[in-house]
Amino acid sequence: MAKQLMKGNEAIAEAAIRAGVEAYFGYPITPQTELLEYMSKRMPELGRVFLQAESEVAAINMVYGAACAGRRVMTSSSSPGISLMQEGLSYIAASHVPVVIVDVMRGGPGLGNIAPSQSDYFQMVKMAGHGDYKPIVLAPATVQEAVDLTALAFDLAERYRTIATVLLDGVLGQMMEPVELPAMRALPTTPPAWAITGAAGRAKNSVVPFRMQADDLEALNLELQRKIAEIARREVRFKEYLIDTTSGSTDKAELIVVAFGTAGRVALSAVKAARQKGICVGLHRPITLSPFPDERLSQLADEARGFLVVEMNAGQMLQDVKLSVGGQAPVRFYGRTGGQVPMPDDIALEIEKLDEMTGHPLDHKIEGPVALRPVDRPARRQETSRTSRN
Amino acid sequence: MIAVEPFTEQVVFQRPRAMTGAPTTYCPGCMHGVAHRLVAEAIDELGIRERAILVAPVGCSVFAYNYFDIDSVVAAHGRAPAMATGLKRVQPDKIVFTYQGDGDLASIGIAEILHAAGRGENLTVIFVNNAVYGMTGGQMAPTTLPGMKTTSSPLGRDTRTMGHPIKMCELLSQLDGAAFIARRSLHSPAEIRKAKKAIVQAFKTQIEGRGFSMVELLASCPTNWDMKPVDALKWIETHMVPIYPLGDYKTRVES
Ligand SMILES: Cc1ncc(C[n+]2csc(CCOP(=O)(O)OP(=O)(O)O)c2C)c(N)n1
Repeated sequence: MAKQLMKGNEAIAEAAIRAGVEAYFGYPITPQTELLEYMSKRMPELGRVFLQAESEVAAINMVYGAACAGRRVMTSSSSPGISLMQEGLSYIAASHVPVVIVDVMRGGPGLGNIAPSQSDYFQMVKMAGHGDYKPIVLAPATVQEAVDLTALAFDLAERYRTIATVLLDGVLGQMMEPVELPAMRALPTTPPAWAITGAAGRAKNSVVPFRMQADDLEALNLELQRKIAEIARREVRFKEYLIDTTSGSTDKAELIVVAFGTAGRVALSAVKAARQKGICVGLHRPITLSPFPDERLSQLADEARGFLVVEMNAGQMLQDVKLSVGGQAPVRFYGRTGGQVPMPDDIALEIEKLDEMTGHPLDHKIEGPVALRPVDRPARRQETSRTSRN
Repeated sequence: MIAVEPFTEQVVFQRPRAMTGAPTTYCPGCMHGVAHRLVAEAIDELGIRERAILVAPVGCSVFAYNYFDIDSVVAAHGRAPAMATGLKRVQPDKIVFTYQGDGDLASIGIAEILHAAGRGENLTVIFVNNAVYGMTGGQMAPTTLPGMKTTSSPLGRDTRTMGHPIKMCELLSQLDGAAFIARRSLHSPAEIRKAKKAIVQAFKTQIEGRGFSMVELLASCPTNWDMKPVDALKWIETHMVPIYPLGDYKTRVES
């Protein structure tokens, strides 16, 4: 199929339609709104359900209802709207029903701004609502990847009867890029056996997000944990650029930059530039933030001299990288907040600082987040290791 | 020879098919059981058990899914109309209803109920108004009467600081999307019979695709009102009905 130029938000909407989404419920919020607007036109054309809800609170509960009916359903929003959905997400998790959520992150906290950010990492990966569970979180770095991961999100949500989130920032939502869209899939014809479709010719079904007895609730939790463990075993995805094929050097990276989404994309430019300067650096870009590629990072840490985490937040994924690296190598951090996108030059400078560090890795256990704008700070070792080891 | 008359049995009263028969968790004198039965009878009479879907609330009737022998879900506190909207929009041939208390519907969930009615969502709402938050121990609800003592208005509801009762039938009947809005009471057998008729009419409104329908049922909560069940019923009549007048607030014939 020929490529076409599409805006991220609209491409995700079309990808969801082609993946067979049967109902969309949402509420306008920048920088996600084009997704809702696209759905408002396309879904009725196809005889599918579109409804602009009165709030994100209502939207997520409509999604919950349609998911209980065993239908392919989604919503999309941006950070403050996702905050409002947290209770509903928790109910959905407790009920083992599949839903797809798209979060086009913007700057926070509070009303923040409408500029791109990655500061919902904690909100989606760590605590999408109260209780013990984790949704699947997929983080694209290009519009094409957003299209591909949207389709994957529906598959994973249904396979594991879980929440699957596509987590991107406003840059990707708003950016136009050429994409190849997948073919239109057929809609499922019969709902799953557990679905709430009316007790016709069978015993009644119920979907209940609570268990009054501690034994029963613990059993529900254990089932969720079993599912999360299975997902962690089978669904970890990432991309790596550890060997530079353009500069002619075939050295495997000694320094590893870890970044996801747009930050990962910018970081790749910085990595390439640093390679040109002869620094042996590579990039690990997690695609699944949940499940997190912890085993792979731990493997890399066996040989790597140091890590640099780059995020458009104050250091959220950083915690997971540190846990994965487990003190085997120093982990530096460079982040921008407020809706700022890190520049390749700034990241390159941080890579150089990482490169300058010598000695035993444990002498350089850097407690992040440390970096604001690197240009504002002297790039001396004493400065960066000031909080080492305590 | 002695002629033996054949012994014939006639069933005059039995559990509705739409109920499971599970013993309920309701307190003595609670009206939720009566309200459940009326709903179940209406479902049986209309022959819709196999396509009925219950959206239970958070409140004392959170267990309703256990008592109705129909497909059921439990919504988050106040969100039953949104969840019902999701269920109904993807399967418009089903008969979807919410069953909600007054804290659930008139307080935390007031946005969801207003918008479901405003959209003319083809749903039925059974709204049980007992003037308090039953499940959490009898705190003040938006429907608590002026002067009424509750566990969070120990000196009585002072309207100057705690506001006035919110009258949902009056409010929702203003919305063009609402097709059938009625208030009934459960304080006497005669009123219970009238309540049943209204519930049947509400479901018929949905079956005929005419839009949003709601029946509010005035009900007692003897435990949290600190009254004997019979006194509580009397109190509905003397204290609640004057503030929440019974009747049909909206009956729109066309869809
Ligand atoms: C978000 C949230 N807030 C508060 C509660 C606690 N809560 C449970 S039931 C309830 C009130 C129920 O009262 P009502 O709707 O009047 O129903 P009743 O129990 O009287 O039948 C409250 C406040 C909750 N479960 N969820």
